Amino acid sequence: MKWFKLILSGLLCAAIAYALNNRIGQIPALGKFLAPQQGIWQNETSSHGAAEVAIPGLQAPVEVFYDEALIPHVFAQNDLDLYRTQGYLTARHRLWQLEFQTHAAAGRVSELIGAAGLDFDRTQRRKGMVFGAEQALETMKGSPEMEALLMAYRDGVNSYISSLDPADYPVEYKLLDYAPEPWTMKKTALLLMYMTDMLAGGESDLENTNFLKKYGKERFDLFYPDFYDIVDPIIPKERDWSDWEVEVPEVPEGDFPMEFTSSTMPKPNPNNGSNNWAVGPDKSATGNAILANDPHLGLKLPSIWFAMQLATPKKNTFGVTLPGAAGIVIGFNNHISWGVTNAQRDVKDWYKIKFQDDSRNAYWHDNQWKATNKRIEAIDIRGAETYYDTVVYTHHGPVSYDHTFKGNGEQTGYAMKWVGHLGGNNQQTLLELNAAKNYDDYQAALQHYVAPAQNFIFSSTEGDIALWIQGKFPNKWKGQGKFLLDGSRPEHDWQGFIPQAHNAHVKNPEQGFLSSANQHSVDSTYPYHVFDDGYEAYRNRVINDFFRAGDKFSVQDFKDLHNNNYNLRAAEMLPTLLEQIDRTGLSDKELAVLDEVSQWNYYNDYEKTAPTIWERWGIRLNYMIWDELSEDSLSMDFPSSYQSIYLLKNHPNDPFMDIMETEEVETARDLYLKSFKKAMEDLETIESRNGHYQWGPYKATYVGHLLQDLPAFSRLNLPIGGNAGIVNATSRNHGPSWRMIVEMSSPPKALAIYPGGQSGNPGSKYYDNMVDTWAAGEYLDIVFMQNAQQTDKILFTTTLKPQQ
Amino acid sequence: MKKTSNFILTVVLAFLFSLALPWWSVMLAAFLAGAIVRLRNVSAFFVPFLAIALFWIVYAWTLSSANDFILAERIAVLLYLKGNTFALFLLTGVVGGLSAGIAGVFGNQVRAAFSQQHS
Repeated sequence: MKWFKLILSGLLCAAIAYALNNRIGQIPALGKFLAPQQGIWQNETSSHGAAEVAIPGLQAPVEVFYDEALIPHVFAQNDLDLYRTQGYLTARHRLWQLEFQTHAAAGRVSELIGAAGLDFDRTQRRKGMVFGAEQALETMKGSPEMEALLMAYRDGVNSYISSLDPADYPVEYKLLDYAPEPWTMKKTALLLMYMTDMLAGGESDLENTNFLKKYGKERFDLFYPDFYDIVDPIIPKERDWSDWEVEVPEVPEGDFPMEFTSSTMPKPNPNNGSNNWAVGPDKSATGNAILANDPHLGLKLPSIWFAMQLATPKKNTFGVTLPGAAGIVIGFNNHISWGVTNAQRDVKDWYKIKFQDDSRNAYWHDNQWKATNKRIEAIDIRGAETYYDTVVYTHHGPVSYDHTFKGNGEQTGYAMKWVGHLGGNNQQTLLELNAAKNYDDYQAALQHYVAPAQNFIFSSTEGDIALWIQGKFPNKWKGQGKFLLDGSRPEHDWQGFIPQAHNAHVKNPEQGFLSSANQHSVDSTYPYHVFDDGYEAYRNRVINDFFRAGDKFSVQDFKDLHNNNYNLRAAEMLPTLLEQIDRTGLSDKELAVLDEVSQWNYYNDYEKTAPTIWERWGIRLNYMIWDELSEDSLSMDFPSSYQSIYLLKNHPNDPFMDIMETEEVETARDLYLKSFKKAMEDLETIESRNGHYQWGPYKATYVGHLLQDLPAFSRLNLPIGGNAGIVNATSRNHGPSWRMIVEMSSPPKALAIYPGGQSGNPGSKYYDNMVDTWAAGEYLDIVFMQNAQQTDKILFTTTLKPQQ
Repeated sequence: MKKTSNFILTVVLAFLFSLALPWWSVMLAAFLAGAIVRLRNVSAFFVPFLAIALFWIVYAWTLSSANDFILAERIAVLLYLKGNTFALFLLTGVVGGLSAGIAGVFGNQVRAAFSQQHS
């Protein structure tokens, strides 16, 4: 009996030790997770770190001054120390995010979450994300100076990681039960790929091909035109291009491959975009140029941005950094300020590949069989065997679609040609911009920049304003890359690139201001062929009209514009709906709703109900027009909302207006009524849930944690208006990820905010402390220290010392 | 008396071990305390259970209260405790207590087997 008890209690003991030491299903390893000396209780702190830290490899002491928002203001003696410190501090405050984003870029999520991540990981690998990062790394290493800076950044991150005890790991590591690995320069390249994919990964070639094959060219050109009937481009229309000598390749003879593809890869969020604008001295209330930028991205915690001031005796720059990349990405110094919006240009094309046989060792190109390369992607999966995925590479790029992945058979495939694979030195651009003193420096810095193409807006204390649409753009023949291309014909290959000097740009235009909001970069007079992955048509016009309507503009005007909720799309469509809807037979309640929305001033403000009426009505209407596309087994894109409205107004009897499942043939006018009835049902559902259908609570904006929006680490139901397509582009989980306004006085004065906090630790009061300020449309007064003695706004200081 | 001694010994050992060892050191502490100070029947389980539950709750509370329970509230959502931090402290205590309690019983049994052989 004694022995029985002994063995039983021993077994129980072992069982409980095992159970509490391991993750079971979604339940974390509870022993480790809750033990006060090592678990989450160790993360229950808002600490900003020790007052003094010894860092190996540092050449001289570095002073880090934290202001009340936990923004570090770094004063180093040289660039190597500066970027080493940036790496160290980024890891100090954002370690888990820093690593997770590059794991995601590299298709390594399955390592953390198991087989549920496999599709995502395969997609990342098949897009050539790692391949592209390797190319970029090679390019960056081509500059020994850049390599040294990236090594310093890497070593800074690793100094922090190696100082950690498992009890110090960020809480997400404890939740998923894994440990950080050393940072590498390749991870910096992967982070840059992550951004390239997010911003220049969009295209619709296969969807377009499906549409073209099914409905023909005339329908395609009507639904997906190169230019809308209204265009208010980034580069003002007055810009004359006639003095350039331009060569554009001839459109080759022959047809495109016509092939149906039922399922295509997931695409980046089409709302990824941004606003930026600047006024020159003549249009500024104070005579100083003023610049603003707000990049619209998924709203995430920890934020994609980490704010810093980075200073050496040679430069002093403030702005936001991307965890993983050296330098400031959007910001200002004492001489210049700059911001970016996405250029939306189509820089990813698909080529149909014909393989010689099932071995896929050769493909047909230029009338001969050419050898392929194979890259075996090993995807480690938590709790399962490693998955090996063979990706075939041609001279175009990776054959992403093949018989194992959404493809059409063993001997065919689609190869991707993408600027993301060309390798680039975007780091060089960032670091040179950080130190730029004038327009010429800015222009020189941009030349290294490859992808994702951006609209770089610029202003300076000298009073210049400028905008370059910068990226490496293939010089396409008209129509190239709109549809699936023939991978066997050399004339379908990219025929070279637009010379960098011919990228569209403008400096100090007569109108006295510049802006960009992901709309057409140029009008049709630009001599090169421009095709997009989705141009915006509303925010740009609201912004440009705002600046055209006035004489002088102040920082307050800039704030108002950031927070402007004017819904131009509704203003252009709703009057037609209200005028044409057939009211006979509508109930009193329905008539009251129509009356309610007809009183609307078109502002998507938080407490208003009319925006919700419009939203549901518009969505129902759009689905009724394009039911032919959404109900098709082939993947096809809806035309843009601008073009949909154009069709409703100008082609109300188009066959697409018919609803397929009904017997009668509908016209636009019938859809107005039917979609309104559907919207009424939606409103009742919303009302029964919320007690009302006010816009803000219905929209329920949230900032979600990077890991599957874990509600525990997210901020839900934020009080903010706006929507996609509005200057305040805050939709449910997407919107202004950083708002910055800089007046180029001496020294510059800046206001900025982002929906997050400087700390990545959900246990820190600095994790989400800026969210409410952001939602209220307010800003932080940025502390821009002119020297290391100016510490009046500084709460605490950390000195990094060289380790002896 | 023995209960008090076992309780105190468990807490003291657990505290000392926690300075260098991971979470399972509470099992080691309870095991050793159980082997050194034998207890009868259910108290062999409940005394170390209470000792470690209290130790962990006080320890966690000390860390958390210094930070306004910011993380405790989030973890109480994460672990489906509806944001109830009291429940989270209780869970922390139960996890520590359970592992210590069983280790204490095991310590007792080892001592018992060991003693019998020599008596």
